[in-house]
Amino acid sequence: MSRPRRVLDQIWPRVAIVAIIVLLWWAAFESGNWSEVLLPSPASVWDSLVSNLGGSNGLLMVAYRSLFRLFAGLVLAMLIGTPIGLACARWDVVQRSVGSLVGGLQALPSIVWLPLASLWLGFNEKAVLFVVVVGAFPAIAIATAAAVRMVPPNLVRTGRTLGARGWVLYGRVVLPAAVPGYLAGLQQAWAIAWRALMAAELVIAGARGLGHLIARAWGQIDTPLIMATMVVIMLVGVAVDGLFSWVDRRIRRRRGLLVRA
Amino acid sequence: MTSDPALHLVPETPTASSKLSIRGVTKTFVQASGERVKALERATLDIGKGEFVCLIGPSGCGKSTLLNLIAGLERPDEGEVLMDGRPILQPGPDRAVLFQEPSLFPWMSVLANLEFALGLIGTPKRERTERAMGWLETVHLARFAMAQPHELSPGMRQRATLARALACQPEILLADEPFGALDAQSREVLQRELQTVWLETRNTFVFVTHNVREAVFLADRVVLMSPRPGTFVAEHRISSPRPRAFEDVLLSKVVVDVHDHLLKEVKGGVATEEGPRPDLA
Repeated sequence: MSRPRRVLDQIWPRVAIVAIIVLLWWAAFESGNWSEVLLPSPASVWDSLVSNLGGSNGLLMVAYRSLFRLFAGLVLAMLIGTPIGLACARWDVVQRSVGSLVGGLQALPSIVWLPLASLWLGFNEKAVLFVVVVGAFPAIAIATAAAVRMVPPNLVRTGRTLGARGWVLYGRVVLPAAVPGYLAGLQQAWAIAWRALMAAELVIAGARGLGHLIARAWGQIDTPLIMATMVVIMLVGVAVDGLFSWVDRRIRRRRGLLVRA
Repeated sequence: MTSDPALHLVPETPTASSKLSIRGVTKTFVQASGERVKALERATLDIGKGEFVCLIGPSGCGKSTLLNLIAGLERPDEGEVLMDGRPILQPGPDRAVLFQEPSLFPWMSVLANLEFALGLIGTPKRERTERAMGWLETVHLARFAMAQPHELSPGMRQRATLARALACQPEILLADEPFGALDAQSREVLQRELQTVWLETRNTFVFVTHNVREAVFLADRVVLMSPRPGTFVAEHRISSPRPRAFEDVLLSKVVVDVHDHLLKEVKGGVATEEGPRPDLA
């Protein structure tokens, strides 16, 4: 199959499903059963999207701020979660103690941390970041531990017979072998982080992110802007997810782990 | 046991020239079910320097366990495994291992796999590439140096693994059914290649297989093992000159002899847990 054809095959189903949703939405709007305030037309949402793009508090800048926060939170979560996960995989006693605690933390929806975080750190960006990190690091720790445990024993034995020991064995064999599993954990963690971030921004006005924009539009009953912002949140999500999938596929292809269905 | 002059009962008297000495080794495993399985019982065998020994026996006779003990991946419960008279305590590049599954590191190119191994034995960085390429040429894989392992056929992967093992310049090459998963053709190619390698290096080779034909083709000595708990029961010396050919009529006769003997051992074994027919392919 030619390359343009393959690209087309990738694109048309996505366009089609969006078109169908917009059509249904339009039909609902045109039926006149809902007030224009509660259900704006696709056109007015589009107008709101376009007219609110620019400016220091426009969608682009706000999305940029949120993305930066996501990135910062994710890096912090990695710095905390990765060593915890490695320690859990290495020592059973750490797994039983810290590991089970982390498992418990993961069961906690991150937004429930917000009241405490805002009391401890104030109604500001720090509290938002706290919620993001505390939400994302358990997923990273758990995935790291699992990834290391699932390293094929065959590869470790091979490394040992070649004379690799201690840190060399760990750094050159165990860790590289765990990379695909680790990446899967990151992909999960970023999604958790993104949700936590949006929820926290929605509540904490000091953090001018996408969530805050929705909160403001909510106060002004600006439904087109609410919807426009939701669309942007989705688009950013799809883009970041696409980036992770791309890296993941590249690594898997290099290792011959890509299963063609 | 039989009057066949080719047969000696092991243990033989150990000789001073023994490269490897397995002395009364017993090894028991506790399976996940909690069941204790005795893989080896008081196994004793001496392997001379530069000798090519094939261990052959039914599944579950402790062949792989023995290899892991020599490799230093496991420690015996009783007895000892000596190399040059010193007990083997841990794995090391002086004993290269070929596993049944080609075990190249999938995140490294074929070349990088060899360079990594060379680095571990202390080869200076600037010499690694050249040396690695040399070994890849030995196994006719130089063209695929930059390929990722998964891009190679199973036979080529095993050849690359062999090249990596040789690059370590081991004193002993251990192989655990390395060609078992290959198709008949690549298997034959690799057997020939291994014969060539042995003729060139004259290293000590210990080769586990359940393929009688392979064992007879390759070895100086074919050692038969009994089913669980494994121990050495008999051996055949193959004195045919090398390089050997598969078409060799004398070899074919030895194959039949060893095969019959092995069948008898399997049937006569204490644990007659349906010993599978040895592979004559």
